[in-house]
Amino acid sequence: MEFFVCKFNYWVYITLMMIGLYAMMGKRNLVKKLVGMNIFQTAIILYFISIAAKKDATIPILEHGHEKTVYAIHASQYVNPLPHVLMLTAIVVLVSTFGVALAIVIMIHKRYKTLEEDEILELDR
Amino acid sequence: MTTSPLPILIVVVPLMFSFFVPIVGWWRRNLCYPLTIVAIALSALFSIAVLKTVIANGTTHYYLGSWNPPWGIEYVVDHLNAFVVVVMSFIALVVAIYSKRSVEHELPERIVYFYCTFLLLITGLLGIVVTGDMFNLYVFLEVASLSAYALVAIGNNRAPLASFRYVIMGTIGACFYLLGVGYLYIATGSLNMADLSQILPRLYHSKVIIAAFIFFLVGIGLKMAFFPLHAWLPDAYTYAPSTVSAVIAPTMTKIGCYVLIRIMFTVFKPYFSIELIPVTTLLSWIAAVGMIVGSIFAIAQSDFKRMLSYSVVAQIGYIVLGIGLANRAGLTGAVLHILNEAFTKGCLFAVAGAIVYKIGTSNIYQFRNLYKRMPFTMIAFMIGAFSMIGIPPTVGFFSKLYLILGAIDARQWVFVAVVLLSSVLNVVYFYKVIEIAFLEPRTLATESEKKILQVYWPDGGNPTGIRMEEVPLSMLIPLLVMAAGILILGIFSIELISSVIQFAIPAEF
Repeated sequence: MEFFVCKFNYWVYITLMMIGLYAMMGKRNLVKKLVGMNIFQTAIILYFISIAAKKDATIPILEHGHEKTVYAIHASQYVNPLPHVLMLTAIVVLVSTFGVALAIVIMIHKRYKTLEEDEILELDR
Repeated sequence: MTTSPLPILIVVVPLMFSFFVPIVGWWRRNLCYPLTIVAIALSALFSIAVLKTVIANGTTHYYLGSWNPPWGIEYVVDHLNAFVVVVMSFIALVVAIYSKRSVEHELPERIVYFYCTFLLLITGLLGIVVTGDMFNLYVFLEVASLSAYALVAIGNNRAPLASFRYVIMGTIGACFYLLGVGYLYIATGSLNMADLSQILPRLYHSKVIIAAFIFFLVGIGLKMAFFPLHAWLPDAYTYAPSTVSAVIAPTMTKIGCYVLIRIMFTVFKPYFSIELIPVTTLLSWIAAVGMIVGSIFAIAQSDFKRMLSYSVVAQIGYIVLGIGLANRAGLTGAVLHILNEAFTKGCLFAVAGAIVYKIGTSNIYQFRNLYKRMPFTMIAFMIGAFSMIGIPPTVGFFSKLYLILGAIDARQWVFVAVVLLSSVLNVVYFYKVIEIAFLEPRTLATESEKKILQVYWPDGGNPTGIRMEEVPLSMLIPLLVMAAGILILGIFSIELISSVIQFAIPAEF
């Protein structure tokens, strides 16, 4: 039980990731696949953000901290900013992947007038 | 150890030019092509300069924003990636020169966008090679992949659907890689490759590290189309515009192999990937299956580009087999095979592009008497095919020789047999093309075959009256350069190994 409760953030991200993976593999509609892809990527972002979370911690700025009496010097006192920064970059990648994928979906729709994979394969034959 | 700004220049120059190209393209469309050539030529020059520095002074570093590693991003160039970056930028340059007429022919409306995306692709590829930071590698991997998706999608026919599948598979691969980076980060608190290789040995028995390693393998396996994960590749490479397949096929998947070597033997020590979890053994067996299955699929194809795409899947097997053998000769073979694949697949896909340019299709059964119409293109094809099969003095012979020596060293007789068998299968599928293009058409037995012949070749395959009509020089010269490169690199492969490749192998072997 403790294994599930104490690490619930990991369980949430794994569940989300599996939902996304299922949608990418199992769904036959191209837009649903893209939604799955987005869930999949967002799950990983959630994972990175959750590993940086810390109770009662402050921002990692030494001088002029948000309460001037508290200076976060020890690692346990401040939130690690690096995962957040990495995820800013990853969000940019996510958005551009989604953009490229949507553009491709528009191309497919222009050509086949449908977004169901079965129908497209039928038309291609 | 030296610091030098050369590694960053390799990446920044094509990146900057990819911004200039669309701006200049609004004003003058014809300037896009020379600008692209200039950018990639500069990159190639910087790559060669870096290789020279590395040979003279050892590993070269560059610290971005002067932040010392492991805090800042660091670009590290040692013998291995200096070699890979020179090969990749050279291939990119040759294909860029080749691209002019082919792009005008196939994508007349999209010249500006094509060159802009092309430069971004090259930026991503070269960035993957020079970076020394795990997360930075992810970003460049996505830069290269996103440009590749876009470039594949502008092809005709089924290209958008093929590209869509590539997006889905590529994203899963990239996300697995990112997850691996995350696992390494929570275990070690570092993203720098050199720093990680110092910290990791103490944590080798941790489940987190093993999970991270497996995520890396699967993620990169997807990106480089390693055998059971190759499903997206044949469609994407077949339906992409000719120039695009000529640049993606020799570079993208080979970069994946480079990243695999980097992670298995630099970030993780060879001890981890060979002894602690027997992943090299597993990889070489899967690679062996992939070599055979890929070649068999290639034999079954009637489309030249599709045949070559399956051949890419098989050749990835060779490289991974060399990595999996995990001894000096095997790894030398793998690195040499990266070079061989880059030149040979570049040459063969460029030949496919030239044929599409002239006869408008890449169906093998329409290649009848092609050697009379396009003799020089077909000579380049022959040299490429010989290198793929492994006939001396092409570079393919030497890479296969080292792979076999590696297998003998490892006492794995099965892999010796697999390399030889796969070479025989290569002969089969290239002979099919050679037979149709070079030898006289035989009398056809059945009625159905006659019908096919009439559709493809209305005069019944009569060779008289076929005039020589070669592709334009701007396409032919790059083709012949690559073909000559295959021969020259083969002849000088011993010098190449003794001056560069032997230092590229990790010292533990």
